Amino acid sequence: MIIMPESWEDIVLRLLRAAQTRLPPDVKWALEAAAAWESDPTARSQLGAILDNSSRAEFLVRPMCQDTGLPVFFVKGRIPPGIEASIAAGVARATAAIPLRPNAVDPLSREVSGDNIGSGPLVHCRPSDADYTELSVLPKGAGAENMSRLAMLTPSDGDDVIKDFVTRTVLQAGGRPCPPTVVGVGIGGTADACMALAKEALLIPLDQENPDPRLRRLEEELFVALNSSGLGPMGLGGDTTVLGVRALAASCHTASLPVAVNLNCWAARRASVRVHSDGTVEYTQGAFP
Amino acid sequence: MRVLQAPLDEAAARSLHAGDAVLLSGVIVTARDKAHLRALSMASAGEEVPELQGATVYHCGPIVQERNGYEVIAAGPTTSARMNMMGPRAVRELGIKAVIGKGGMSKETHDAMKERGCVYLAATGGAAVTLAEGVKRVLSRSWEDLGMAESVWELEVKDFGPLVVAMDSHGRSLYEETEARVNERMRLRAEGKL
Ligand code: SF4
Repeated sequence: MIIMPESWEDIVLRLLRAAQTRLPPDVKWALEAAAAWESDPTARSQLGAILDNSSRAEFLVRPMCQDTGLPVFFVKGRIPPGIEASIAAGVARATAAIPLRPNAVDPLSREVSGDNIGSGPLVHCRPSDADYTELSVLPKGAGAENMSRLAMLTPSDGDDVIKDFVTRTVLQAGGRPCPPTVVGVGIGGTADACMALAKEALLIPLDQENPDPRLRRLEEELFVALNSSGLGPMGLGGDTTVLGVRALAASCHTASLPVAVNLNCWAARRASVRVHSDGTVEYTQGAFP
Repeated sequence: MRVLQAPLDEAAARSLHAGDAVLLSGVIVTARDKAHLRALSMASAGEEVPELQGATVYHCGPIVQERNGYEVIAAGPTTSARMNMMGPRAVRELGIKAVIGKGGMSKETHDAMKERGCVYLAATGGAAVTLAEGVKRVLSRSWEDLGMAESVWELEVKDFGPLVVAMDSHGRSLYEETEARVNERMRLRAEGKL
């Protein structure tokens, strides 16, 4: 815990540097456990390369993957005025300082903005009357983000159809999202809210138990089904297809059942900070105490 | 792990089998979409393409820093499927005997590989720092006008990898085999037999 009058811009740079260069501890444990458990030699070599790469990146303070993604932000609790502008300034600085690959382009002309911002930062706000502001960043690589899917299911479809949709989405993606992946599942809300839930689910550490027993069961069943598929790391075969499944649910219309899948590659990068009203600042890549 | 001299020749390519793990030492060159397009239009015009002729080609858009000369900071593989349209011609007309990338290539490209004796080596997606570690020196840069990611970088490598033979010149593909196994397991699961 530090008490320091850091600007939001400084905080954004710090979050991005941590996220890009250090795997969250739970993701690292999951990869190590998988490497120990894996029976397929090709899969073991892929997991070995991933772990070796991650420790070198951490040691050299270099981005773990050359696709440094597009940074997606979540602001929870007290929403500070002007936070969007500070995020934009922090991302532009991080792009030059870390450095990050300038990925943000105009969608039609494909012109590169150069600062990873372009028309504006990607920010989701979840206001509440907490006495702190929580800011999280999720850098999303294209390989994983491109495999996102939304299904507007029929309410009578139920659990099996939900599981089937998620399983097919992950398996049809094959090696493209750089498995082993973390699977974010959103259930309910509207089409847009549902996809945001799936993305927000990727912020939950893998070692944190889902408080909703129905979602916990769904996560466990999907985890077992996907890891018994044989797809394996990079789609080359093996026992490790996913590192975890995280699900969030929200109320939806009585006539709807939206389900969304958002994937994170093995480079499941994230970092968060809480800034309390008394000025104390807590950083974490896991859960807040 | 077997260390092979790069660029690979046909005999070396034919000696490899799906699942073999290898490291490369020698010289490789990067090429992505735009470099492939340029190389093939040169070939169509009957010109020589010394930049890629007979090379071991790496589908990669590296992050290169220019200080005292060039330094490769990150060099992970990009998705090879984007080069599928150009794959068969690249193998047949440019004499390429080894391709490094991620995700594998089309059936048509694999056919050309069988015919000409060429292998596809899978590099671990995202392992940009480990792979950059195997790059010792930038020997040259061609087609600079295509930008950092799309230029053809000629790289001296040592123990570059780990790489896995994912598509061999004998017709085996780990991607196809994995897909077949996944489908079979999913079918058994759906029938409640697994
Ligand atoms: S999917 Fe992830 S690990 Fe793979 S290249 Fe993209 S950002 Fe890197």
